[in-house]
Amino acid sequence: MSLLLIVLLPFLGALLPALMIRAGRNACATGTFVTTLLAFIGLMSHAPALFRGEVIHAGWDWLPGLGLNVNFFLDGLGFFFAALILGIGLLIIVYARYYLSKDDPMGSFYAYLLLFQGAMVGIVLSDNILLLLIFWELTSLSSFLLIGYWKHLPEGRQGARMALTVTGGGGLAMIAGMLILGNIAGSYDLSVILQQGELIRSSPDYLLALVLILVGCFSKSAQFPFHFWLPHAMAAPTPVSAYLHSATMVKAGLFLMARLWPVLAGTDEWFYLVATTGLLTMLLGAVVALFKDDLKGLLAYSTVSHLGLVTMLFGFGTPMAATAGVFHILNHATFKAALFMNAGIIDHEAGTRDVRRLGGLMHLMPVTATLGMLAAASMAGLPLLNGFLSKEMMLHEAANTTWGGQAWLLAAVATFAACFSVAYSFRFIAHVFMGPARNDYPHHPHDPPVGMWLPPALLVVLVVLIGIFPDTTAGALVALVSRAVTGGEVLDYHLALWHGVTPALGMSVIAVLAGTVLIRSYGRVRRVWLAGPHPEAKRIFDGLTSGAVKLAQGFTHGLHNGSLQRYLACMLAAFLVVGYAVFESSSHAAGTRMLLAATPIAIVGWILLMGACIAVVLMHRQRLLALVVVGVVGLMVSIGFVYFSAPDLALTQISVEVVTVILMLLALNFLPKQSPRESSTGRRLRDGVLAVAAGLGVGGAAWAVLTRDFETLSGYYLEQAVPGGGGTNVVNVILVDFRGFDTFGEIIVLGIAALSIFALLDGLMASAAGRRLQSWEPDQARAADRHPMMLAVATRAMLPLALMVGVYIFLRGHNVPGGGFIAGLVVAVALIVQYMASGFGWAAQRMKMDYHGLVGTGVLVAAATGLGALVVGYPFLTSTVWHFDLPLIGELHIASAMFFDTGVFLVVVGATMLALANLSRVGRHAEHLLVNREPMDVDPSHSLTVAGEH
Amino acid sequence: MEFLLASAVGGLTAAGVYLLLRARTFSVVLGVALLSYATNVFLFAMGRLAANAPPVISDHATVYTDPLPQALVLTAIVISFGMTAVVVVMALRSYLESDSDHIDGTGLAQAGQPEPVVVPVEVSEGGR
Repeated sequence: MSLLLIVLLPFLGALLPALMIRAGRNACATGTFVTTLLAFIGLMSHAPALFRGEVIHAGWDWLPGLGLNVNFFLDGLGFFFAALILGIGLLIIVYARYYLSKDDPMGSFYAYLLLFQGAMVGIVLSDNILLLLIFWELTSLSSFLLIGYWKHLPEGRQGARMALTVTGGGGLAMIAGMLILGNIAGSYDLSVILQQGELIRSSPDYLLALVLILVGCFSKSAQFPFHFWLPHAMAAPTPVSAYLHSATMVKAGLFLMARLWPVLAGTDEWFYLVATTGLLTMLLGAVVALFKDDLKGLLAYSTVSHLGLVTMLFGFGTPMAATAGVFHILNHATFKAALFMNAGIIDHEAGTRDVRRLGGLMHLMPVTATLGMLAAASMAGLPLLNGFLSKEMMLHEAANTTWGGQAWLLAAVATFAACFSVAYSFRFIAHVFMGPARNDYPHHPHDPPVGMWLPPALLVVLVVLIGIFPDTTAGALVALVSRAVTGGEVLDYHLALWHGVTPALGMSVIAVLAGTVLIRSYGRVRRVWLAGPHPEAKRIFDGLTSGAVKLAQGFTHGLHNGSLQRYLACMLAAFLVVGYAVFESSSHAAGTRMLLAATPIAIVGWILLMGACIAVVLMHRQRLLALVVVGVVGLMVSIGFVYFSAPDLALTQISVEVVTVILMLLALNFLPKQSPRESSTGRRLRDGVLAVAAGLGVGGAAWAVLTRDFETLSGYYLEQAVPGGGGTNVVNVILVDFRGFDTFGEIIVLGIAALSIFALLDGLMASAAGRRLQSWEPDQARAADRHPMMLAVATRAMLPLALMVGVYIFLRGHNVPGGGFIAGLVVAVALIVQYMASGFGWAAQRMKMDYHGLVGTGVLVAAATGLGALVVGYPFLTSTVWHFDLPLIGELHIASAMFFDTGVFLVVVGATMLALANLSRVGRHAEHLLVNREPMDVDPSHSLTVAGEH
Repeated sequence: MEFLLASAVGGLTAAGVYLLLRARTFSVVLGVALLSYATNVFLFAMGRLAANAPPVISDHATVYTDPLPQALVLTAIVISFGMTAVVVVMALRSYLESDSDHIDGTGLAQAGQPEPVVVPVEVSEGGR
């Protein structure tokens, strides 16, 4: 089976339980089981090749520019871990089916579990460290979901958050470390990095990369001082604890240390950092575990201790120690997963996992007790069980390693830790299973259904088999894995039960004896322990996090005081700084292009424009005046367009100008007519400096561009406008043909803008502000003549003319300046003037046009034109030209782009009118005057008779 | 001529930015309008300046100015109108809703110095 499929299967399978939960809990569990089984079989199909010494590669380039490739490879180490993940996964899936109660959402549990499984398999099979990091973060996230699975428990949520913070934070450090590592090696592919050991260890960045990667590994594998999250993660359901927090996820850090062992290990830095951390963790975990009353707490600290043991072995940096580490990973996974499941059974059946309330269970649940005691004995390191073997190897390595010049130190501390390890294991046996049966258990305990005890039983069988026949059962596998870890060194060793009388055996005997003493006098030992200080890691962690949150809040609120003016000024200042940095780093000479001579008329226009700019700044508090001056600016810009050969732009600008001014006047009707003087001099100075700097920057950029020559791609448009687009006005042909899709998008934006204006204003009238508007008093005197006769007569007479001009501009647009945009604006102005001259109510009664419909029709017409091309087999918006010979008129060209332009026209008319008409409607809503029946208030033909009656 | 245009773009930008930084919505709207002019002219200038060379194909014209920036700017003008319209209407609505046309809203305008909004962040859930 392809490696890719092995990784993907759990992810794909994660959909199954989520979908199948309606089919029942068994179907759900079966789906999960079968998925995992398939992946497991796929993995095993590679086993023969691996044992022949091959390494399997698979993958393809994903983002080769970033060095991020989806590459997987399978060697001994990856195979070993993947087998652990999938194999123990299978047992956990069966166990969880019986462990979870009817009320627990099983579908999401299995979905999370598979998600986690896929991420773990991804980590161990990745051949690219960036890909590995992605999977690494995924395990943090999926374990967050699993720890917090019982959402109603505060401990679950807190534990999940703590685990995510610690492992996620470590993950961040790791990302940095991995990037440095990839940088040194010149590749992010693991198979390349693994060949670069010498180069990496001699790099000046080695230490930095090492520390960062180790922070990631240590936090994931619960090494001191990051160990505290693991006990709190025990709030998770027990299957999760057994799977993530003993067998798999916490071993991801160990995996990575093993994976990078050939590259990073062997230096003093590595030895002191890793071996010391491992030693401390082993000691700390073992001591604390002895005094935990919660079974899972005891097991959690014991896990911390064993993880420390393996870390220490990897830290020694010798191939033999690494081999011992690998072997212990296997052994620990078997007995500890079994113990966790055992603890879960006890909790499930007896209703408590508090050691003080248990005891004597051997009589009530013999199967469980047998399994639990065997696994715990292995944890203690008793002979004939696998824990004994790897612990012997550990003690042997510790005895032969010198720390800081002290040959005895490691051996002594390791033995001391081993005493406690024996003690807590014996406590698990003695205080839970032995002794007389009690009659005050919360539930009456009995052995669970087969589905619950079979998974740990299988593991315990392994514990015993490996313990008695180590070389036959695990020898080949351990050799394969160690070769992968150490980079192919063949070691002269064999796994065996009996190595003769060695120092390690002596240390083991001491540990067992001392452990027995400790547990016999447990009461006294415990009193001594309780008398000592107990720094609570959770409190320190909470203090740190809330401190960090306070700091961040203080920073945020110091910076974000709610003033938009300040934000804008900061943003502008930032732009200016960036712009200035670019400016500084380049040449400042003007270009050498031939310039146009300034004509007197241009100078006059420039003076008017600049004068208007200054005036609008000085007079912006007089709003009406400022608006008029802005109109002057718009006029000058239009004239500039005319001068510089852009007639289409000039036409557009001038008609937009009219519409904009009308719009602003309508709005200004309700807004205050003057702005108060409220900015301090300092503020005005600051803004002035920003404004002048921005002006200089933009003006300078324009100057730099204008004085340089350029190449354009417009040659194509100029050549093809007539033959390809069927029009001589190149700008219009570009708009409706060459770049028609852009224009299509733009009319949609315009339509959306108009609709949002409608929504804003329509909502306004329905809101409380709308009711306030009802009692609104105009703040300016109203003309006695609401609808001036001259204006009314003139606009009505001009309406047909204006519409005619609109049609004319539209029709000619393809060949000479004009087109849908301009025609639309002209028609809109012609219509809006009717509202102004004769009143909204009067005009609205006569122009029953649905502007929404107009916008929609326009977009549809444009789209239909484009789709027409699709129908006859051309790409969207391909245009064509038809030629007709009409009698009298002569030859006529009609480009299909004309229909597209019709769409543009309709949208522009609709959008403009929708905006303006709705603003006028607000005015009418506020002023609540009667609708005039006549177009003007004073009708000359009537007034004569009226005058005569008086 | 190029200098006149470049300085005009600079002037429009400066005036636009200054108005953009004022505290009242209407000034900001005017500032946005001025900045739109500046941007459009700047974009237009990317095709360089040429007099009497409109991009309309004819038999007696020998030289045409670059039509592409013009096409881009034409739609930009219409879109900036749409945007200005939306901003104006938002200014109007916010004034009518809050009875203040200060860009930071009512309470802030009167208080002078705005109060920071403190969002309590729950750190520990022990109490639940």
